[in-house]
Formats: sequence, C-alpha cells, structure tokens
Amino acid sequence: MSESSVSESSIRQFISFTIGDEEYGVDIMAIREIKGWTASTELPNTPAYIRGVINLRGAIVPILDLRARFGRGVTATSPRHVIIVVAVGSRVAGILVDAVADILAVSADEIQPPPQIERSDIGFLTGLVTVDGRMVALLDLDHVFAFDDLDLTDGVAAA
Amino acid sequence: MSEDQPYDLSRFKATYFEECAELLAAAEETIARLQLGEGDLEDLNAVFRCVHSIKGGAGAFAFEDLVRFAHVFETSMDALRSGRVALTPHVADLLVRGTDTLGDFVRAAQEEVALPADHGADVTAALERILIEEPEPPSAVPVPSGAAPVVNAPILWNIRLLPAAGLLLTGNDPQLLFRELAALGEIEVVADLSRLPGLTEINPRDTYLSWTISLITDRERAEIEEVFEFVAGDTADVLITQIGLDVDGEGEGWGLFLPLSEPAPDPAPAPVAAVPSVPVLPAPAVARADPHPPLSAPIRSGTNASTGASVGGSGGSGIHTASIRVDLDRIDRLVNMVGELVITQAMLGQQTTGFSVESHPELIQGLQELSHHTRELQESVMAIRAQPVKALFSRAPRLVRDLSLKLGKQARLVMSGENTEVDKTVIEQLSDPLTHLIRNSLDHGLEPPEERLAAGKPAEGTIHLGAAHRSGRIIIEISDDGRGINRKRVFDKAVERGLIDRTAQLSDEQIDQLIFAPGFSTADQVSDVSGRGVGMDVVRKNIQDVGGRVVVQNTPGLGARFVLSLPLTLAVMDGMLVAVGGERYVLPLTNIVESLRPTPQQTRTLVNVGDVLTLRGDYIRLVRLYELFGIKGAITDPTRALAVVVETEGGDRIGLLVDELLGQQQVVIKSLDSNFHPVEGVSAATILGDGRVALILDAGALRIMGERLSHDATVAAE
Repeated sequence: MSESSVSESSIRQFISFTIGDEEYGVDIMAIREIKGWTASTELPNTPAYIRGVINLRGAIVPILDLRARFGRGVTATSPRHVIIVVAVGSRVAGILVDAVADILAVSADEIQPPPQIERSDIGFLTGLVTVDGRMVALLDLDHVFAFDDLDLTDGVAAA
Repeated sequence: MSEDQPYDLSRFKATYFEECAELLAAAEETIARLQLGEGDLEDLNAVFRCVHSIKGGAGAFAFEDLVRFAHVFETSMDALRSGRVALTPHVADLLVRGTDTLGDFVRAAQEEVALPADHGADVTAALERILIEEPEPPSAVPVPSGAAPVVNAPILWNIRLLPAAGLLLTGNDPQLLFRELAALGEIEVVADLSRLPGLTEINPRDTYLSWTISLITDRERAEIEEVFEFVAGDTADVLITQIGLDVDGEGEGWGLFLPLSEPAPDPAPAPVAAVPSVPVLPAPAVARADPHPPLSAPIRSGTNASTGASVGGSGGSGIHTASIRVDLDRIDRLVNMVGELVITQAMLGQQTTGFSVESHPELIQGLQELSHHTRELQESVMAIRAQPVKALFSRAPRLVRDLSLKLGKQARLVMSGENTEVDKTVIEQLSDPLTHLIRNSLDHGLEPPEERLAAGKPAEGTIHLGAAHRSGRIIIEISDDGRGINRKRVFDKAVERGLIDRTAQLSDEQIDQLIFAPGFSTADQVSDVSGRGVGMDVVRKNIQDVGGRVVVQNTPGLGARFVLSLPLTLAVMDGMLVAVGGERYVLPLTNIVESLRPTPQQTRTLVNVGDVLTLRGDYIRLVRLYELFGIKGAITDPTRALAVVVETEGGDRIGLLVDELLGQQQVVIKSLDSNFHPVEGVSAATILGDGRVALILDAGALRIMGERLSHDATVAAE
C-alpha cells in the first residue's frame, strides 16, 4: 500500500479521445461526464467553434468544437460523436470530439513539453506523452475555454 | 467540541448581524413614528429593546466599540423612557442619528473594519448632553473614546431577590444571575429556605428559595440593575439597596459599561461602611420595576448584555413566533427545483398533445391537475421569497425629511401600497434607484416654498410613493407636484453635453427621456443631494438589470411622475415562443404589443433609416431577426412573415420579423453567462418542453443592433 501510494502521487490519469487521426488527453479530474452528441441550440454571432448550448440536467452548457477550435473545419456531427463535459474553474462546458479512446496513467516525468513545431493546436497543449507508440497531446483546458477574452463580434468571420 | 467553536461562532455571528439589520430597521421605523409625535411609551421601550439586544449580542462577540456606543445610546434611551428627559423634536432627531451611528458600528463589526476612533463622538456627546439636561446634577460621565473607564470606589450593596414561582419556566436561572453579579464584584449569597415545603410537595419547576446578596463593587447601580433586566418586575421582585451611604439625593448614577470580556477589577476589600471617594448618587431603595416590558411584548431573544454569555435573557420565552429563519440558498434550491418541475411538466404536455380526452381521459385529466399544481407550487415558492415593499419604503420618510431640511423645501410624503409584495432580489435591486428618484424629486422637482406660493400651489410640496401589482408586474411610482421637467433646459443641456444635435427634432416625450441618457445631469451646481452626473442613467440601468422598465411622465409646471415596472420574480416569466428558420426563441410577453402580417403597403424602405413598418400612422423600424442573428432558412419577405411589435424600455417600438408564433409558455430563466459569456441580443436562456435550450430575446438590445445594422448598411451604400 505504502509503495503504491508513493508512485500514485506522481501518476496522473487522462482520458484520451480522437479528433481525426490525432489523439488528445484531458486530465481525468477535470471531466464531469461523457455523453453522446445531442443537438445544440446555436448562439448567434459567435465563432464557428462554439457549437451552441445544450441542456445538461437543467444547466445551460456551451459546447466547443475542438476540431474547429484548432482551425481544421467544423465537425459534421453524427450520433456517434461524443461530448466530454469538463469543469474549468467554476464553469462547466462540453467539448465535441470524434470518439473516446482510452484511459491513460502517465507519470509526470513521461510528459514532454510541446515541441517547437508547426501545429495548429500547439497553443492549446500543455505537453505530449507517448503511450504504446501513440503520441497523445495533453490539452490546456484553461486556454481552450478562454471565453473571457473572446471577441464575439468578429467570430462570424471564422465560419 | 472545542474545534467546532470557531465555526459555530461565525454562524452565530451571521445570525446576529441578520438580527441587527432587522432590529435597526425596526428601531428606525419606530423612531420615525416618534418623530411624527405618534409614538407612545411602548415605542420608546421598543427602541430601547432593539438597542439593548444589539448591545447584548455585541458583548458576546466582544465588539467593544459597538458595545460602548450602544451603551451610551441605551442609557439615554432609558432616561427617555423613564420620563426623566422629554422627547423633544431635537431629541428625536438625535435618536435618528444615534441609530445611524449604531448601524455604522454594526457594519464595521460585520465587515471587520475599524472605524476612526472618534466615529460617532459628536452623537455620543449629544446623547450624553440629553442626560445632563436633567434637573439633577450631571451624573453622566462622558465616555472618552477608547480611554480607560473611570473606576469608582467599591460600595456595598444589599440585594434581595424574591423570585416568583414561574422564574425557571421563563428560562432564567438564579445561578446565572449570581455568576453575573460575581463578575461585577465580590458577592456573598444567603439563601432563605423558609418557604421550602416538604420533599413530597416540591414541584421541581417552582422556586421556593429567595436570596439575600451582599455585593461589594465599584460598578454603578445601573449595571447591577442590568443583571436583573429580564427578571425584575415580571418573574421576580428585586430590591437593590445601597448600604453605608447617606441617602442624600434622588436619581441614579449612570455608569460606564465595562466589556465583560475584561476581568473585573479586584474589588478592594473595603469595610462594609466604606464611603466612596467618588460621589455616587444613590437611588431610592426599591429598584425601578416599571420600565421593564410586560411579558407579552415581543422581546427578541438575545443574550443578556452584561455577560454576553449564555444567560437565557429572553423575557419572552412564552412567545411562539410563526416564522422561521431560512437560508436564502435553500430557498433558491427550491426555486430551481420548481423550475425543473415546470420544464418537466411542459415536456409531458408536449408529448401528449396528440392524445385526446376520449382516448386517454385519465392521462389528460392528470396532466391538467399536474399543470395546476405546478403553477400553484411555483407561486407558493415565489411567495416565500416575496417581501412587502414596506422594507424599501421605510427609508423614504427619513430621506424626505432630511433632504427637505437640507434643501430648505417643505415636503410631505404620501405612501400607498406598502404591503405590495415582491421578490427579495428585486427589492434589493430597487433600493438605490428609489433613493435616487426621491432625491431627484426633492432636488429638481419640488420648488422652494416661495416659488410654490407664487405659482399658486401650497407651500408644502407632496411626493407620492406608491406600489401596486399590475398584470403580473410590480409598478412603483414616484410622483411629485413640483415644477416638472423643464424641456427647454433638458434639450439645451443635452446639446451642450453632445448627446444630441442642436437641429434634432424631438417630441416632448423624447426630450423627457433624455434625462436617462448617460452623463446627463441638469443640476446647475453639483450638490451632494443629486446631480453627480451618474444619476438617472444608473437608475435606468439598475432597473433594466432586473428586467424592469422606467418611464417618466412629465407635466411642466405641475410635476413629474416616474413609473418603474418590474417583474415580480426573476426566476420565471411568461414568454412567447417564436420560430425563425430552424431556431426557436422566447420573447418576454411583457414586451409584446401586438403581432401582424405586414401588407405590401405597410412596408417601406426609408433613406437613412432602412426598413420601416407603417402602423396607424406611426413608423416602426423593422428588425429582421434572421439578419441580426445570421439564421439560415428564415422567411425574408416581410409580407409572408410575421412582425411582432415589441416595446422596449423608454417606450421605443420595433417590429421584429419572425417566421411564426409558436405559442405562449411559462419559461424558467437560466443564466447564459454562468458557464459562457453574454451574447448580444440575448438576455438569458431557458429549457423548453422537449429538453432543448431556447434563447430569451432582449428587446432593447435587438433595437440597438437593428439600428447599428441599418446604419452600417447606409454607410456601406455611400
């Protein structure tokens, strides 16, 4: 017991999911629930990556299209798509992804800083980790959901 | 146990401050009555009790500044209620100031900030002067703020305590009284057992003992009396006699209050017949029994002031109040739950629209009952949060009185509908705007007496403050019979401030509305009454923030009337569901004037304005919702769509173009910004019967967006 608790402290768990061929991870502690795609209500004059709001047991929760957030076009949704509901600070929001992949246990020293390469999503990452030969990019949720500096007026251009 | 204490204490503190707020409000209200000369002895007693209760709790939490001031205040109140000082208008004013200062100290304690050391020193001095004006030699020692209290030489007192049979039933315990006395000095208690019956006859709830207490203390008589505050007269006879001094005068010595968190100074082992070096005016041998309120009086339970400890000081233990104190959070949770129920009920209703009464009689009937009960439940829950606007109005008489004195005007306040109930949140939001509007009426509206007389009006102006329920909203009116709004001055000022162009053609009503423009203030000189330039626009904004509207009706020369219209609650509203393209939106029902399908003759395009709708001779700007919100698949031809005439704050009207009306529905208001970001044109969101989210439209914002869009289009065309 004492041996495992020593290693547990440095091990973090992530839920990984896919967008196209890329695999991303979100800290499991931030995740509130995972649910299938349900039609959302569009919010007028917001960027294309805001997929509107859904009713999550009485709360109004905004949905963010991660693919569009990374500038790779708007996701064509189907019932097979997945919404990962996360808590960011005091807010609750959903991210739209293609599919959930895995649960990863990663020790802190396995996490590499994001490489200095051209990647459209590079600003939204906290690090990279390699699991079974796959590269998983770890998301910086605070940055992904930085709504406060969101300029809603020019958002239409992004569509 | 001990770990729990800090937590518990903070909870008790919160309760204490809530009580303080209520007590202060009650005191203020009562003093207002006293000011009008309508009060009686019971009112004085009531104010005394309020101050006393505040002091008692403050002692328990060791808020020493608060205790010190409350004590001075209480002492002068006591002089008033005992009739030794007459209640003159000057004294009544002083009570008002005293209550204010007491409130300052309470707030300082609550916010844990320190007030300047001399805060309230003028009021303290004035209160003490009341006592000095007594015919007796001045016995009140001024309290030097923060300085060490004056200590008198110890005196021997003899106290006889003869409890009535029911003493224990009122929650009083003689042991606790002794303990309190012991804190004042050195005591010796001798019990009189003569009334003790045989063991079989003893009723454990009765008291059979009486006591003789010798107390050697340097404290004043008033402090000793205070120990018996809640027992004397009603549940026990108390005789306090001073021993070893010549009784050479009447009256009582008003002492200083020593916070009991400090250890009592060691009483000097003085001989019984010691003569004090500081002259103390001894009182008649029998303690005053009268000023203590009868048991039936609504005494708030509170700890006894002199110990601040757990003495059951409630003289009114027999009183059962019909109310309980509930945390607002709990009520909010209840409100939310009812909101969910409303949504679920709407969903069930929607799912069963295809069912007829013939095929499913019980289901349909059940649903109808559910709908009925849901609405009733919702109203009951809302009623919990509802409070009479009296709480809001009670400050008005003060305000009018103080301001009219300050401004040299004569004003009379007439209030109506004080018992109209409205949601607590709405009341909180209304307080500032209302104060401002009353100030405004007094400062700008009412003329000085000579000007009024010259205009053939009575010298005394009238301000009317009224509240009423009207069509599911609360209407609050502030009107005066003053000079009204001077439209020419308003116009000139607006030009001067760059708010409008000098050549602008405005209707009278539009000019009146200019006073709500940001940065507008007509006061020629900035006074501390109104006219800081943050006036009416802030009023309007505050009102709009809670979904309300404010309009002004102006009759130059005869007065102005401000009408505030607010929703009764912030949680649920009646809305109209409209469809545009594939989207559905909710329009607040209160905004909707009418809806129509425009004929080709009714739609025009005006240069510099854009599309307008002509309606009975008026031009109304046509706002295409699909255009503002970028909705695809909507009907773009106005003659095939529907125009909903929507009235915004200030009476502006727009024709909002939508595809169709889907029906009227009660909706639960859900915040959009709690998880996201405000969206222009949308005030909030709601959940429809099918579980989908619908956005609630903000008519005022849509009007502005529409204007901006047509302005941009005009600029682009040029």
